[in-house]
Parts: sequence; structure tokens; C-alpha cells
Amino acid sequence: MAKHKTPLLDQLESGPWPSFVSDIKQECDSRAKNAKGVDYQIPADCPDDLLGVLEMSYVDGETHWKHGGIVGVFGYGGGVIGRYCDQPQMFPGVAHFHTVRVNQPSGLYYKTDFLRQLCDLWELRGSGLTNMHGSTGDIVLLGTTTPQLEEIFFELTHNMNNDLGGSGSNLRTPSCCLGQSRCEFACIDTQQLCYDLTNTYQDELHRPAFPYKFKFKIDGCPNGCVAAIARSDFSIIGTWRDEIRIDQKVVAAYAGGEIKPNAGAHAGRDWGKFDIQKEVVERCPSGCIRYEGGKLEINNKECVRCMHCINTMPRALRIGNDRGASILCGAKAPILDGPQMSSLLVPFIKAEEPYSEIKEVIENIWDWWMEEGKNRERLGETMKRLSFQKLLDVTNIKADARHVREPRHNPYIFWKEEEVTGGWKREIADYRKKHQK
Amino acid sequence: MAFISSGYNPEKPMENRITDIGPRHFEEFLPPVIKKNKGTWAYHEILEPGVLLHVADSGDKVYTVRCGAARLMTITHIREICDIADKFCGGHLRFTTRNNIEFMVTTEDEAKALKKELNGRKFSGGSYKFPVGGTGAGVTNIVHTQGWVHCHTPATDASGTVKATMDAVFEEFTSMRLPAPVRIAMACCLNMCGAVHCSDIAILGIHRKPPMIDHEHLDNMCEVPLAVAACPTGAIRPTKTEWQGKQVNTVAVKEERCMFCGNCYTMCPSMPLSDKEGDGIAIMVGGKISNRITRPAFSKVVVPFIPNEPPRWPTMTKVITQILDAYSKGARKYERLGDWANRIGWERFFEVCGLEFSHHLIDDFRDPAYYTWRQTTQFKF
Repeated sequence: MAKHKTPLLDQLESGPWPSFVSDIKQECDSRAKNAKGVDYQIPADCPDDLLGVLEMSYVDGETHWKHGGIVGVFGYGGGVIGRYCDQPQMFPGVAHFHTVRVNQPSGLYYKTDFLRQLCDLWELRGSGLTNMHGSTGDIVLLGTTTPQLEEIFFELTHNMNNDLGGSGSNLRTPSCCLGQSRCEFACIDTQQLCYDLTNTYQDELHRPAFPYKFKFKIDGCPNGCVAAIARSDFSIIGTWRDEIRIDQKVVAAYAGGEIKPNAGAHAGRDWGKFDIQKEVVERCPSGCIRYEGGKLEINNKECVRCMHCINTMPRALRIGNDRGASILCGAKAPILDGPQMSSLLVPFIKAEEPYSEIKEVIENIWDWWMEEGKNRERLGETMKRLSFQKLLDVTNIKADARHVREPRHNPYIFWKEEEVTGGWKREIADYRKKHQK
Repeated sequence: MAFISSGYNPEKPMENRITDIGPRHFEEFLPPVIKKNKGTWAYHEILEPGVLLHVADSGDKVYTVRCGAARLMTITHIREICDIADKFCGGHLRFTTRNNIEFMVTTEDEAKALKKELNGRKFSGGSYKFPVGGTGAGVTNIVHTQGWVHCHTPATDASGTVKATMDAVFEEFTSMRLPAPVRIAMACCLNMCGAVHCSDIAILGIHRKPPMIDHEHLDNMCEVPLAVAACPTGAIRPTKTEWQGKQVNTVAVKEERCMFCGNCYTMCPSMPLSDKEGDGIAIMVGGKISNRITRPAFSKVVVPFIPNEPPRWPTMTKVITQILDAYSKGARKYERLGDWANRIGWERFFEVCGLEFSHHLIDDFRDPAYYTWRQTTQFKF
């Protein structure tokens, strides 16, 4: 028997897509029955109260969660987000309902024994509700009370050998695509790089010292499956700088219709016979592919590595062998000054352990941004305010035509004094010798 | 309920304390075939919607069955996922960056059995628990935020709008008949924890009323200079006012300058702005993240406001299916939604999608606005 009537939410139980309402209801039942005799450390009926408060929002058209609150574990400034319901008398089970961010494994692979440990922990000490996963990539445990936080952290570290993620004005939990673990396009070992950066920068992850959040995201190739270019202050995107490897026999098999193009991704509609000229050659953004006499040729010098030809014929074309990454900086969502995409800073960098070259770029940027960044200013905004040239200065990177889409429109150039012959110091008296007032 | 300690001693917080160990190393969790062939994958194929085959240089094969999930999931549900992974996959599984679940096996027969098993499981309310799909030129799972379930600044719900949308486009999740992948994303306010600013179709919660000011508490709960600095349009200034016969420090809002971003509320809890009639949804389209063919692009606002209509947001889902249908009919193979709109022209986009263009869709926010106005006589009647 449901604790609260939820006629609006009940309508979200129908339809084919997995219903979070049905799922929460099954958790309510499980906790009410308590078949295993768990000594619940937070109210057993908290999922019921969550449905109750959500139903109230569906009626009111407004949220019923209070603003923040500072809670956390000893010595950390991130990883836990305080949350309180604004109707605690009606919904005591969720009066205190904090979020715990748990650092996810790179590539989001799991063994069930780990997940079951997590479930047991969250059954005893939390609401039993999670996000798999939050937008930044963490495992998100939804809903617990303050006295449980240290105990949860103790369990995570002592018995699960796992740490919390980041929140607040610090390094957010780095995330990556699954990379070389199961993708032929991955130019770098995104998982190892992500793991290494996460561990190298534990202090920055857990103890807020930045002007605002800072995100690393790592994509194995320009297809961008973790959206590094759109949402990370420091985007590492795998690429190569030699030749795309071509297997002409397999090209012929694609041309002959023996292999479905685009790995079969378009199989749901009859698009007609695969046409290499139309679908690959004419769609190449730099026009560097030729298909003549049954042979595919790529002028690699002119290739911009957009991935289209490789995506379309993955069995015939493969990424080059001289692999590394491009680094782009400054992406963010619209708050405050409009959305920004990451801008190219390092066209090519080798991404091999111990990743010293990449870390040097990171630390130079941090030194600058922590000095110059305003409160709640993302790196992209600092770059806009103080110029891309300043970013080049602090990272000791030489300007390159690859840094711009096109050169500037206005000639209002900020020359430095040392760049101008004779410097800026002049005597007005000398000027007057040649020019009357 | 008696308090159970795991071992933490508040008297001696540093005793035996373990900190800064990071996540578990990913290698512990890789399925054997994945671990063995890491870095040597030769190619992949999508055998049918939701079923992938990856072949390694060694000739080893791994079949992946992908299924959707609500993202907000309970431990009962996760345990069921674990049961399936134990039964079929030696206890291994993974999640995708778009909140799908992937089960990996080494033979096609196992993959087929797995697909049948997953599609056979339903919640008591009738919905699928693990619908197989989400691959190739179709709609995959929606990345989204917390909404009314757990967040303090939302202008709409996230889980509910996503459920309503995925129900409406479910056939595009289980098939691959669109011109290119369509990525839908949802963020319940302009903070955009969901980063919807680069998605083919974005559902975005927005406010339309300026913040209220809780003069009674503002000076105690907020740093006035931070609240003032939080406003990107300079609409907030410090001031003093009378409150129950006492003079209090507070702020004033120049309301016509407010563009309802909610940043002030984030900095100052005494400036709430959510409102049943004021809040709702904007629809944005044409963003992308991939560098494939064309460069990554921002999403553009095409519907400035749709009221919140819980529980199923029918106007919102109608608009989304209209856009999806027009794109499906009009775009060329491989052409992403934004590239199609750019090719036919945005004036034509509104026509074929049956959407109204209004003054709200002309950018008026600082420099970015200018770059979106038209400076050519090349346009369509």
C-alpha cells in the first residue's frame, strides 16, 4: 500500500520506456517488506516520501528541494552535496537527503561483485536510489543523512577501495570514453590517461582551491563520445598525424555491396546501393579523397581527420599509426556569458605515461587561472576576458595558424612595447622640434 | 533503528583514515575478451538495433547487447542487472556515456538469448525494464539532469520529461532508420548540468519571472556582493529596505534587465524565481559534438517556451516528434539535424517543422547576437 497517492506520477508507469516511477515503487515495496532484515540507517520509507514530494511538484509546478547546505566528509571539500526537502513535516523520510558522488571507473565497466557491494551499502545507509550515472560521469548515490556520510566514506575506502568524486569549485571527476578497450577508433588509451590524471590530482579533486569548477574529459577520437569539446575546460581528444591505412580489397568489398556501410548503422531504411563517390568522396570536408579505377586514394596532407570516411568504411580504413591527442580548452554551458566550445591549444601531443607533457600544460593553465580567474569564472571566460594570447604565454606555446578559424577582423592589435623598435618612451620636446603646435 | 558504525571514530577522525585513493582501476572490471584485445580492435558492425559486434586483430569477437535505462535507478533494479550479467556475462557489464547498459558475450547465440531475455523483462506498470536498442542512425538514451526529483533550481522535471519523450520516440530507439544519429539531451535549468548546448534536440527548463526577494533573510543567508556580481546583465544592486520596522541590507532587481538565468539564486538562496506559470521548457536543435564532416555546433532555440504539462508534457513531445519527422523526411543520409537545417535554411526549417518564428528567437544577448543576424540578401521566400 503506497504511503502517498501519486495519480500524476502513476501515469508515467505506462508506455514502453523504462519507468523510474515503477522502479521507485518496487524499491518502496522492497524496503517495506525488508526480507533480509536490514537495520535501515535512514528512514525505510524514504523512497515513498520521494515519490510524495515529486507528486507535489507535479501539482505545484515547482521544486520542493531547498538550496544546498554545506555537508561533507572530514578533510574533503567536495564529493557530497547537501540536500533538504522544503516540506520536511509532510515528507520526513527525505527531510535530509544528501547526494554522494562516487568516483566511477574509467569507461564505466563493472564487475557485479562491486555493484552488489555498492547496493548493500546504499540499502543500509542510503535511500536505495541512484543515478547510473550523473552528467559528469560519477556514480551518484541519491539521498542519505549527515550522520551516515563518514560511515559511507569509511565503507567506500576501507572495504571497496574506492574514493568519492568531485563537486564544488574544484577539479570535477575526470571522465573518458571507453577508448581502446573496445573501440578501433581510439587513438589513445583514454582509460589509463583518465585514471592517471584522476589520481595525480586528488588534492585538486577533493579540496576546492579553484575560482570555479574545472573539467577534464578525454575522447579517444574526433567522434567525441564523451563530448569533451563541448563541456570540459580541458578537452583531450585523440588524433593521429600520419596516413589513414587503407585496405583496397575491403574497399572493393564495400563497393560491391558485400559489406554494409557505416558498420550497419543505417540498416533500418533502404537508402539504395552504397555509392563510394557520393557517400564518401563527395562528403569529405576537405575534398582530399579520390576514387578511381576501383582504388581509393587519400591525400593525407589535406585530411582534417573528421572520421567520416573511417566511420563509413571501418573495415577498409583505419586510423594512422602516429597517434596522440589534441588539447582544446575552455568549453562550458551558457551560464554566465553564453555557451563556449573548447578552443584548440595544442594541435598534437603524445599521450604516453607518465603524461608529463600534458600535465605541464595543465599546471601552467591552473597557475594562471587560479591567479587571474574571478570567483565563478570558468577557464573559457578567463580566456575570453584576458585573451587567447595570454593563454599561449602562460603555456609557452607558439602561435600557429591552427589556433584560429580565420585571422582577426580588426587591426586593433595589442602590440607589446618590446615588439616595437625603439620602445614606447619618447620625448615630446624631440617631437616638437619637428612639429609645431 | 540502532546506529551502526562501520568503524569511523569521530573522536579520532584521522585514525586509520584512507583518503585520496581515486577510483578502482578499470582493468579489474574488464571482461576477459576486452582485456585481452584492448588496443587491437580491427572493426565493428551493428548486427541489428542494439546488438554490436567488435572483431579484434586476433580474430576474437565480442558481441554487445545495449539496452536503455531510466538513469534514475534503484538498487533493486541494479541487482537485477547484476543477475543478468552473472547469468550471461561472467559478472561483467558496462554503462555508456548516455546511460545505456551494455552486456557483452562472445557468441552470437548468447547475444540473441540475451536480447530475448532483456526484452522479456517488464516493470509491474507495464514498461520495459531493459529495452534493447540505441545504436546507429536512431535515437539513443537521453542524457539528463535531476529536475524536481532532487534539484533546488529546476524549471521543470527531468525524469518525467525524458520518460514522456522516450515513450514518444521509442520506435526510433529500437530501429535505425533516421538519416544520422539524433542525440536528445535534457537540462532542467540554464545551469545545464546536462550540457544540452550541443545536442541535435535539447529540452531545456527555463524560468520567465524575475527573482523574488526575501528581505527578511537575505542579509543573513547571502553575501550581497556575490549576489550582485552573479548577475550577467547587471540587474542587481545592493540596497537597504525597511523590514518590520528595522532597516536591513538587501538587494534590488531591475526587472527589465533580467533574463531569468537563475544565477543569482544559485549564489543567494533568498532570491528564488521558480513559478508554476513562469516556468516551462524551451526546445533547442541543431547542436552536435562530433567532428564528423562538419564541425561541432551549438544548439539553437527554435521554440522559446512550452508550459510545463506534467505528467506527460504533450505539447513538448508533439514538437519533438514534428521536428524528428520533418528531419527524417528531408535530410540526406549521414546529415545531422543541424546540417540539414543549415542546408535548407532556417526559414525553411520552421516551415517544414510547422513551428512559429517569433521575436524571442532573434538573439539579443551581447556579441553572440550579432553573429546570428543575417548579413546577406541570400534568403528564401
